Amino acid sequence: MKRTVPLVITFTVGALLIVAYFIPHWPFARLRDDFNTFFDVIAAFAYIVGGGNLIRMHGRRAARQEAGWGYSLVCLAGFLAMLAFGLTKVFWREGAPGWDLQGDLNDSTLLFKRGYDNIFRPCSATFYALLAFFIASASYRAFRARNVEATLLLVTALVILLGRTFVGTLMTGWLPPSLEFLSIPQLSNWIMSVPNQAGNRAIMIGVALGIVSLSLKVILGIDRSHLGEKD
Amino acid sequence: MAWRLPELDRRIVFALVGLSVTIPILWKFHFPEFPSPMVRGVFERVDSLPAGSKLLLTLDYDPGSEPELNPMTDAVTRHAATKGIRIYYITMWATGPPMIERVIRQVLQKEFPDLAYGRDFVTLGYKPGNEAAIAIVASDLRKLFTTDGRGTNINAGEMTGSLRNLRSFDMVFSVSAGFPGTKEWIQYGTDTAGVPIAAGMTAVQAPLNYPYYPTQLLGILGGIKAAAEYELLLVKKYPRFADPAFPQEATAKMGPQTWAHLTIIGLIVLGNLTTLLAGRRGRR
Amino acid sequence: MRQRRPALAALFLLFAVSPAFAEEQPAPPVAPAPVAAPVPPPALPLSVRAFDTPNDGGGSVTIEWSLSPDDAAGRRGVTGYELLRGPSANGPWQSIGVASPGRTRYRDPAATDGHPLWYRVVVLGEAGRRAESVPAGPAVSAPQWFNADRFVVAVVTALLFGAILFYIARGRRGHAPYVRRIAGLDALEEAIGRATEMGRPILYIPGTQEMNDAQTVASMTILAHVARKAATYDTALLVPCKYSLVMATARETVREACLAAGRPDAYREENIYYVSEDQFGYVAGAAGTIVRERPATCIYVGTFFAESLVLAETGHAIGAIQIAGTAQPAQLPFFVAACDYTLIGEELFAASAYLSGEPRLLGSLKGQDAGKLLAMAFIVLGTLAATAASVSGSPALAVLAAGLRDIFLVR
Repeated sequence: MKRTVPLVITFTVGALLIVAYFIPHWPFARLRDDFNTFFDVIAAFAYIVGGGNLIRMHGRRAARQEAGWGYSLVCLAGFLAMLAFGLTKVFWREGAPGWDLQGDLNDSTLLFKRGYDNIFRPCSATFYALLAFFIASASYRAFRARNVEATLLLVTALVILLGRTFVGTLMTGWLPPSLEFLSIPQLSNWIMSVPNQAGNRAIMIGVALGIVSLSLKVILGIDRSHLGEKD
Repeated sequence: MAWRLPELDRRIVFALVGLSVTIPILWKFHFPEFPSPMVRGVFERVDSLPAGSKLLLTLDYDPGSEPELNPMTDAVTRHAATKGIRIYYITMWATGPPMIERVIRQVLQKEFPDLAYGRDFVTLGYKPGNEAAIAIVASDLRKLFTTDGRGTNINAGEMTGSLRNLRSFDMVFSVSAGFPGTKEWIQYGTDTAGVPIAAGMTAVQAPLNYPYYPTQLLGILGGIKAAAEYELLLVKKYPRFADPAFPQEATAKMGPQTWAHLTIIGLIVLGNLTTLLAGRRGRR
Repeated sequence: MRQRRPALAALFLLFAVSPAFAEEQPAPPVAPAPVAAPVPPPALPLSVRAFDTPNDGGGSVTIEWSLSPDDAAGRRGVTGYELLRGPSANGPWQSIGVASPGRTRYRDPAATDGHPLWYRVVVLGEAGRRAESVPAGPAVSAPQWFNADRFVVAVVTALLFGAILFYIARGRRGHAPYVRRIAGLDALEEAIGRATEMGRPILYIPGTQEMNDAQTVASMTILAHVARKAATYDTALLVPCKYSLVMATARETVREACLAAGRPDAYREENIYYVSEDQFGYVAGAAGTIVRERPATCIYVGTFFAESLVLAETGHAIGAIQIAGTAQPAQLPFFVAACDYTLIGEELFAASAYLSGEPRLLGSLKGQDAGKLLAMAFIVLGTLAATAASVSGSPALAVLAAGLRDIFLVR
């Protein structure tokens, strides 16, 4: 029963949605949107589960002073503070605090908005900026001419990188107009728009076929590994 | 020893990259830019619009893409404002309206105080619906917009009273960071309405839109480099923009970007040298 | 002096009176005001027809018309086409919208199924001039049971399904197909064993999208396999999740896997936890877990965006063996550069079949290959046709190339 019910639900819903794609007649046309709405509603209720899990996990770690409990305290403080500020819309205006349950969350005097703009957004931008450092360390490590394919990758990467700077233009600026297509910026654009696109599209075709195959197996109950069963 | 190079600790790599970005920012290194044919084409097309033309500028991005896309938004806005082109802002992203208000506040109202809202520029604001909303704008804009972005009735506005659909505009310029973006504006908007469109987008996205160039898309400004090239063309044609009162943000950011690229290239070369020498040492 | 007065008076009278006796001269003729030639209304379209919008769920009628001759390029006599709708050929008429010049089609989405409607097209000219067509109709909207625009999709789907099921059935009969080695999946066993030997946990990240994403579903099938092995070897398995629903599904998957391995005691609910729905908040949490818990094995399988390199580089920094898999083409280069093994695109979806080793599941992979053969055949055919059409300029080849392209145009 525990296995059968999920399999029946999966088959019914999956088959219905596949068929509904081809049938514009009511009620099939609406099915896709309706099921998406059902999913959104379920996901919204799941927020409560996730939030509860966050509080329980970090609360327990902080209470027992387990390894890293300081981070858990910061996490809890931030979570609860922003939750409280967002719900009550506490503001700080002209040197005095207050709250306005009808307030607009975009109001810059709200502590919620200040926390978002002055703590959350800079932290997000910082993590995004880390990518520059990680790209450098990954490039230093990965772009080594160990074999033919790696050498090809290395040369391509150098052309693209140079093409994005004025150095690339200077290096090949002397080429006559008839050979301008060999200039580094033009080569860089060609690499991105032709071979790179071809590879992307081939991967996307393979991915689409893989999704079709996996979906069919899951819908028909042939593949049950997502239920933990070894088939 | 000369014939052996140690592998660099990752912290040294990080420090080198950090310096390559910080020093150009602090010392304001600027490098020459050479506008590409595509950027030049976009610039000349915007420049060919006569005064009084209607330009629809779509800002479909969020705060995460601001550093990369704000410079080109500002450059195109300055270009249009100086030519007397009437600018209509619109967005299909919920995070778009603050982007529009920022460019109005920081560029138009600050740098062009003679221009007036409602007479020279206007915002139509945000409408949800993604590509469906774009399709409606293309066929009958008034079904979706009864007021402009600041609440003025669309019939009462000097600039909005005559709007019917996408064909009411002389050109579209799409600045986008994802979905819905330039591709959707082409597929559901300008292609069916027959209105010329140029685009600006993040560098990562630009290759995905090359298939539309040049038949359906006049040109693409891809990332900070293209924005810097556009700024250069703007300064060359209208020297008053060389004044520091008009910040050349993209040009300023190209310094750190160029140095970072060159640093990474140097690290790659160094890494290969290390491997080569280690291989020779091993063979001996 | 006396003789001059009468002369002067006479002269005065002559001049004073003479006008009174002068014959009134007619006013010089005034040229008549030029009468503006009457401007004719714009020319009507040659044909107007209204019909039920095809391939829809009803409630819609489409009106088509040919362009007004005044709407040709270079002639700006037309400012638009107004559409009128009426319940009969005699009206009364209600305006339902305006189409811009150059358009020849309009869809009325407010029709009632089963009720006949008539339509007229009004060509709008400058200065308020109008020309109304004769009524076109009756058009009766109705829903269709099959969207013919998607016929090709239905055929291709049927072919694909057929191929996959055929090879699954062959697999059931014992004909296991050859499947090439997928290094990333072969390395899973080794990676789990490494974590067991080192006494350190396994970190599994099931992507950064919700449960309705196909890659997340594929990730759960691999998680089940990893969880079963981890339970067998009693190795800790950490699964930080970005979404609550993913956390709930992952917990269920891991619990069932532990049960299937005969080790229900190996299940630790607290090891599968929610972090944050924000992209970089989640990455910060996951990276922190990597740095603090120092897993021996990091497995990243699912949908990733900018966070892919942050995770991979952090894992590399602690010396973990890393296996990644994603169908995001833009993120694959980062994983290839930073991880030990990478599952590229469809290898991710082949994982559950490959790991199980079951002939019937492996058969499904061969069905996928059949689909790939079909795609390759059409790509080659279309490319040859388009190239030949372009080189030769032959209209027939151009029609063939356009036809091949339009076969796969989905509306």
